[in-house]
Formats: sequence, structure tokens, C-alpha cells
Amino acid sequence: MLDNLIIFVLAAFVGFEVISKVPQTLHTPLMSGSNAISGITIVGALVVAGMVGGTWSKWLGFVALIAATINVVGGFLVTDRMLQMFKAREQRAPAQAEKAEAATVS
Amino acid sequence: MKTTLIDLTYLIAAALFIFGLKRLQSPKTARGGNQLAAFGMLLAVVATLFLHEIVTPIEMIAGLVIGGAIGAVLARRVEMTAMPELVAAFNGFGGLASALVATAEVARYLIPENSGMALAALLPAVEQVPFDVVQAITIVLSVLIGLVTFSGSFVAFGKLGGYITGNPVIFPGMRLLTLLVALGSLVSMGFVVAGADAFPTVADPVVWGVVALSGLALVLGVLLVIPIGGADMPVVVSLLNSYSGLAAAATGFVLDNTALIVSGALVGASGLILTRIMCEAMNRSLLNVLLGGFGGEAGDGAAVASAEGKTVHEATLEDAAILLAYANKVIIVPGYGMAVAQAQHQVRELADLLQERGVEVKYAIHPVAGRMPGHMNVLLAEANVPYDQLYEMDEINDEFATADVALVIGANDVVNPAARYDRNSPIYGMPILNVDQAKTVLVLKRSLRPGYSGIENELFYLPNTRMLFGDAKESLVKLINEIKNL
Repeated sequence: MLDNLIIFVLAAFVGFEVISKVPQTLHTPLMSGSNAISGITIVGALVVAGMVGGTWSKWLGFVALIAATINVVGGFLVTDRMLQMFKAREQRAPAQAEKAEAATVS
Repeated sequence: MKTTLIDLTYLIAAALFIFGLKRLQSPKTARGGNQLAAFGMLLAVVATLFLHEIVTPIEMIAGLVIGGAIGAVLARRVEMTAMPELVAAFNGFGGLASALVATAEVARYLIPENSGMALAALLPAVEQVPFDVVQAITIVLSVLIGLVTFSGSFVAFGKLGGYITGNPVIFPGMRLLTLLVALGSLVSMGFVVAGADAFPTVADPVVWGVVALSGLALVLGVLLVIPIGGADMPVVVSLLNSYSGLAAAATGFVLDNTALIVSGALVGASGLILTRIMCEAMNRSLLNVLLGGFGGEAGDGAAVASAEGKTVHEATLEDAAILLAYANKVIIVPGYGMAVAQAQHQVRELADLLQERGVEVKYAIHPVAGRMPGHMNVLLAEANVPYDQLYEMDEINDEFATADVALVIGANDVVNPAARYDRNSPIYGMPILNVDQAKTVLVLKRSLRPGYSGIENELFYLPNTRMLFGDAKESLVKLINEIKNL
């Protein structure tokens, strides 16, 4: 338990350090991206739902798994969709072509 | 061996998350960073599936497919203007998942035929005794934070999407009720923790404690968010983001899973940083925001009454067009009104047109413009405005003095000069964009209605201000045509 607490505190410091430097322009993608990362509960949901346990715990795990997967898949995809729109001035023309291409693919 | 392998994979995943977040420090590397984090997540999921020898793979895959499909459809379909509510909704799902996993930890001891052997292989820490007092604390924390995040996020979702009123909702005795519900949650948490030793032989205190806690936490989430008004949503969304991370971390403590703890801590930190930035940008304490009841839309009547004796200079389309077309430098200040009117594409078109004529165009973005952190930036990026034309408040505030026109589109409180000196103003001390220092201020606005804070904006009555009334999008379309015809 103490080990886990140490890991938690250290990770929080790393988080503060890394995220303080994210510019305002990227705050929305930061939020949706980090939100997707918090969907890591998906791992917990898999463990719980996959265990030989009672019916209750299986169903709870199953719903948890769906919710977590929505969070993870949706979060990363929507962040990617946003980030592909952010372009600097000089790269605009080729990037637009790339976007059109991506649109036809999907 | 397997445990080591799985722990190593989790470590790699956590490292990828950190690298991914680090790459978000620049728009150039951000997309790759997000993909890196997504890859880390994939690794963690695959490792869990294979190494844990998950016993019922069909249900697993069904869950992954259903959730994945819903998430993918939502992520692809959503309009950029609806991004705040989508982020809030995803947040809510994360909180729900964390709480449910912790609840399942309790539930799985309730069935007698529960196979201890499989459990031992999966979670060595809880081999014999279901959970001790410390673990019970982590379980209740996970349930509490997770469900508050869930219901709070969906109230925020409703407010942001306009499904429920964006105004603060306050009824008599609300604070007291919130306090009671919070106390009730604490008591039910106490029940669970106190009953942990006898569990699962004596299951009732723990089971009913968790059930009561779940109900109370859901109510608490609603009560905490509903008194907070629309324009304070950037703070709420950031804070809920932080909670969803803390919920994941708490679940990590429950399952003794490092991947959850590290990621949860990262997200918790990220949300807290954003929360702090948003609060500072409004010069209000977090407590003040959370107590709620701030602002709300006042009726038009009040504004008209207090505006007596002041003159508004209304601009015609032609005036406005000439003002912009013959300027040397124009600074565009977008606000929530631009998002509501979905006028970002017209803004870009106007800026392009002006730039073709040799006008220098910059954008000034206030940190709390819009309904979530970075809201304006995403909308303008969608309209293909290069991000290097977008300036943060501190970078551009001194430049207004050299600008010929400050074009304010749907922003109000963040440009109210009263914030600088009027001690009686509710927004006194809030850092604002110095648009009033520009030679001319052109304000595109529907009416003289006060902003979210409910106070009227004296900017509209300054001698160098020109008002162009109407829907932002329509006004911009007309302006663009007018300038083309010049």
C-alpha cells in the first residue's frame, strides 16, 4: 500500500511537471487526451469482468468495461480528430491536402 | 513470471502516457503524442487479455466491441462546437467505470461458488482475506469519486449541450442538503470500512453501505454541479477531469494495479493544473466557483434601465467594412458568442480577406473564453486558422494600443474594462483583454444584454466603440460581402 502511495505521489509530480508546459492552444486536446488516459480503468474492468466470480460482479464488470471502452476509444479518436486540425501557417497548404485525403479514406 | 511480464507491460504503457503528454507541449508533436498514448493503452489492454488468461473472452470482446463502437461513432460524428459536452460525457463514463470496478470488487465475494483459485492467480494481494480496512477505504473512495464524477459530468453535459438550463440552479436549503448528502456519504463509507473485517461472513453492512454510498454519491455529483453557471463550466469540466483521474487512481489502489495508479495520478494532476489556470483567469477562488450561484443571465430590462443617459454608437455595415478594410492592424477577440453562432468559418474568411488587402490580423484568446479550456483554439483550428496567429492574453495585451481595430465577436465579460478598476464589480480583478486601448473597438453582438456575470459592459458605451448588432454569423457574412464590394 505504501509502495502504491509513493508511486502515486511521484506520478503526480511528473504529471505537474509535464503538463504545466502545455500551451493554452492545446488545452482542449490535453483535456480530452488525458481523459482518454484515465480510461485506463479499462484494464481493471477487464480483470474484474473476466474473473470467475458471481453473476453480480460479472455484470458490473461488463458495464464497467463498456463505459471504460467508450471513454478510451472515443477519447483518443476525438483528440486525434482535433489535433489534426492544428496547423502552422507555412504547413497549411499541404496539410489541407492531407486532410482531404484522410477524409476520402475514412 | 506472468505477473512480472504484465507489470513490465504496464510500466511501458505508463511511460508511453508520459511521453505522449510531453509531446502535447507543441502543436507540431501533439498528434503523435496522442497516438503514442493510445498505443500505450492498446498494449495494456492486450497484455491484460493475454496474460491474465481471461476466462470468458466472448463477453470481454463483446464489451470491447460495444464500447468501442459507441465511442468511435460519438468521436466521429460530433460537431466541433459540441466538443465541451462530449468531453464531459467521456469523463462521466470514465468515472462510472472506475466506480463499477470497485463495486465489483465487493460483489465478487458475495457468491459462495466463487472460485478462490482463479482469484489467487489474478490478484495475489487479496488471496485469502477479501479486503482489509485500508483496502476498504480505497474501495469507498473509488466509488465516491467515480460516481460523483459520473453524475456531475452528465449534469455538466446537460448544461453545456443546452439540455438543461445553463443558469445556476439554486433552491432554498440547497447548501444544507448538499452538506447532509456529503455527511451521509461519509457515514456509509464508515459502515463499509467498519464492516470490512467481518466481510464476507457478515456481508450486510458492507453491501448496504456500498449501495447507500452509490446513491448518495450520485446525488452529490448533481448537487455539486447544478448551482454552477454556464460560463464557470471551464473550471467544472477541468475539475471533473481531475476527479476522473483520481477515481482511476483509487481503483488502482483497490486492484493493486500500478498502471491505474500512475495514469490516474497523471490525469488528476492535469485536471488540477487546468482548474487552477481557469480560476486564476477569472480571479476567483475554486471555492467561490464551486459554491456557485455566480451570475446568470439577467433580463434585458435591467440593462436598459441602467444604460440610461449613456450613448451607444451603432455602426452601419458600411462603416464597419471601411473601418476594417483600411486598417493596418486588426486584432480579433472571439468569445462564446462565436461558438453559439458557429461563426468560426466566417471569422476565418473575413481574416483571409483582410490579409489579402494587406491588413495584419491577429487573434487574442482569453483563457476562459468559451465553455472549456482552449475552446476557441479548437474552433478556430477547425476553421483552418493557423495556430501561430492565435495569441494568449499576456502575449498580446500590450499590442492593442497599436491596433487600429479590435474586433470583438461574442465576447463580453473578458473585455469589460470595469474589471480593472471598479471595486464593486463582481468581476473586479479578473485579467481582461485590453481591447479598449485599440483605436476603435468594433463589437459584434446580438444586443446590449449583459454578459454572464449579469453586469453591463461599459465597453459598449465608450466613445471609441462601435456596435454592430445582429447574429455574429449573419453580420460577418454581410461584412465580408461589403468589404468585397469596396
